[in-house]
Amino acid sequence: MSFDPVFTFGVIGAAALIGVGIANEVGSPASPLPSPVSAVLQPGAFDHPMPGEFLRDNHPVAAPVTREAIDTPLEIMKYQVSVADYARCVGEGACKPADVRKVGDVPVTGVSHIDADAYAKWLSERTGETWRLPTDLEWAYAAGERFRGDIEGNASDPNNPAQRWLDQYRKETSLGRVPDPEPRAQGAFGINSKGLADIAGNVWEWTSTCYVHTTIASDGTQAADSIENCGVHAVEGFHRTYMSNFIRDGKSGGCAVGTPPDNLGFRLVHERSGMLRSALRELGIS
Amino acid sequence: MLTRREALLGSVLTAAAVATISAMPAVASAKDVAGLPREKVTLVAPPFVHAHDQVAKGGPKVVEFTMTIEEKPIVIDADGTQLNAMTYNGSIPGPLMVVHEGDYIELTLINPDTNTLAHNIDFHAATGALGGGGLTLINPGEQVTLRFKATRPGTFVYHCAPGGAMIPWHVVSGMSGAVMVLPRDGLKDDKGKSIHYDRIYYVGENDFYIPRDEQGKFKKYDSAGDNYDDTVKVMRGLIPTHVVFNGKAGSLTGEHAMKAKVGETILIVHSQANRDTRPHLIGGHGDFVWEQGKFANPPAKDLETWFIRGGSAGAALYTFLQPGVYAYVNHNLIEAVELGATAHFTVDGGTWNDDLMTQVAAPKAIAS
Ligand SMILES: [Cu+2]
Repeated sequence: MSFDPVFTFGVIGAAALIGVGIANEVGSPASPLPSPVSAVLQPGAFDHPMPGEFLRDNHPVAAPVTREAIDTPLEIMKYQVSVADYARCVGEGACKPADVRKVGDVPVTGVSHIDADAYAKWLSERTGETWRLPTDLEWAYAAGERFRGDIEGNASDPNNPAQRWLDQYRKETSLGRVPDPEPRAQGAFGINSKGLADIAGNVWEWTSTCYVHTTIASDGTQAADSIENCGVHAVEGFHRTYMSNFIRDGKSGGCAVGTPPDNLGFRLVHERSGMLRSALRELGIS
Repeated sequence: MLTRREALLGSVLTAAAVATISAMPAVASAKDVAGLPREKVTLVAPPFVHAHDQVAKGGPKVVEFTMTIEEKPIVIDADGTQLNAMTYNGSIPGPLMVVHEGDYIELTLINPDTNTLAHNIDFHAATGALGGGGLTLINPGEQVTLRFKATRPGTFVYHCAPGGAMIPWHVVSGMSGAVMVLPRDGLKDDKGKSIHYDRIYYVGENDFYIPRDEQGKFKKYDSAGDNYDDTVKVMRGLIPTHVVFNGKAGSLTGEHAMKAKVGETILIVHSQANRDTRPHLIGGHGDFVWEQGKFANPPAKDLETWFIRGGSAGAALYTFLQPGVYAYVNHNLIEAVELGATAHFTVDGGTWNDDLMTQVAAPKAIAS
């Protein structure tokens, strides 16, 4: 694990400054916020490696690939939530200061799943809309050609689990990704085919999908059993990995071996059915 | 929206992915082990150790243990300071497991769904798969069974190692214990002569890193996850707030003091999963000490203080020659007295041995 004194100790002051600055800047919390800039993706179907870990006949196997569909238009933030966005929530006392490295129009980093959820709740209240973290599936759909699932070894000799570990290790090493810890300005990592910015840059994004252990039935076609751990959620970026909800620094929260996320941040999905539901609720129908 | 579980159970997996999954024959070693006798052992909380033979009766066997992981707040000092502990089987340290060289340890590890974190176990006595850590990571609501062959005689640490920064955090939250693999023909002194113990005690030493508030008072957290950020900052300073035996300052003193009789030989197994320590028996000695804990090496004789490297367990054998109260400490005396690393033995029976020690003249005014 790398020790980064700047990250560890430098951030507290910065976060405090941001909190103070924004509190002065924001004015009345009652004034509704405009909706964030988002992209609307049309429904579609795609092949998707399932999240989590999979066992078959008592041995780990590669994540099965399933045909998945997004049935309704998916509205998702074009950019990751920025330091400035997040600071507004902090300024209004609804979010804990992030362990950020930078200020301004850079993605907020040093935020946990708990922080991201708190922000979504605050944003929903302040916009009168329902904003939430994307599921793994939604994120993958929005990531398009930039999606990469878990980096995992191929199931090889079931009598030798070490082959899979070595394969995974070499695969990961051969990707040759060097740590890139400094968040860049929003948009610095470009726009993907779905019109979203900074997918798979150096900020990994929280999802609402829980970590899960799944046992595949021996006929190989069905999940026989699965156990979810919602204390851990999937995070997505250069690769998909899994982090405890309270982790803010992905570099230290990951696996003993493997590519740790440079940073943890998030973007949100606008829940349109939720909007419909709340409209119905207001009308007293539901 | 479907929950992930529903989505999983409803999914039809594509043929392509499935085709690459080969049939899994049974593990090769299972056959060799299947014929061995099995023994089920119920673990007991330290400093006590489950009943065991010092010299093995018969050939190798499979010894079955079960441990349930408990996440729970515990009080670690007289001031009521709280640790959001993570424990093997509810105790800090986890129980000592005793087998003989050539036996198999078969551990079922249970992570009840009342817990919030994923855990595993890394046995320093085991070979491969990160000590078993690579095969034992379980979510709340899961259990796993690992078997490994005890190939090297000695005392060995086990600890939780669920990846990255989780590893030191789980360890300094209490998740460590020890295994003792005895030679099949029992312990030997430096000359190869058999020695045995009348009692065994297991002392697990822990360094804790409890965050403080602005006033310098120890903070209390609702759950382990809440303390993570603050605790890691204290951990990175490398200065523990508490150094204790068996999970708490005073856990082995007063009515919980370890007991022995004059003439009895005791074996003290001492583990520290994270940090160096230096046990010392005040008023006594280590007759035979395996500092590194590995019984294939001859024991050192007549030690005053012995060194236990962080991440290891050692063993010291001593025959009490005098009655009285003995303190067993980490002989960094600041850690012993100020931070908590002190235990006591009360030793009854026998008579005072004047030859070994006598007070020739009681304190009195200095003779002019
Ligand atoms: Cu653990």
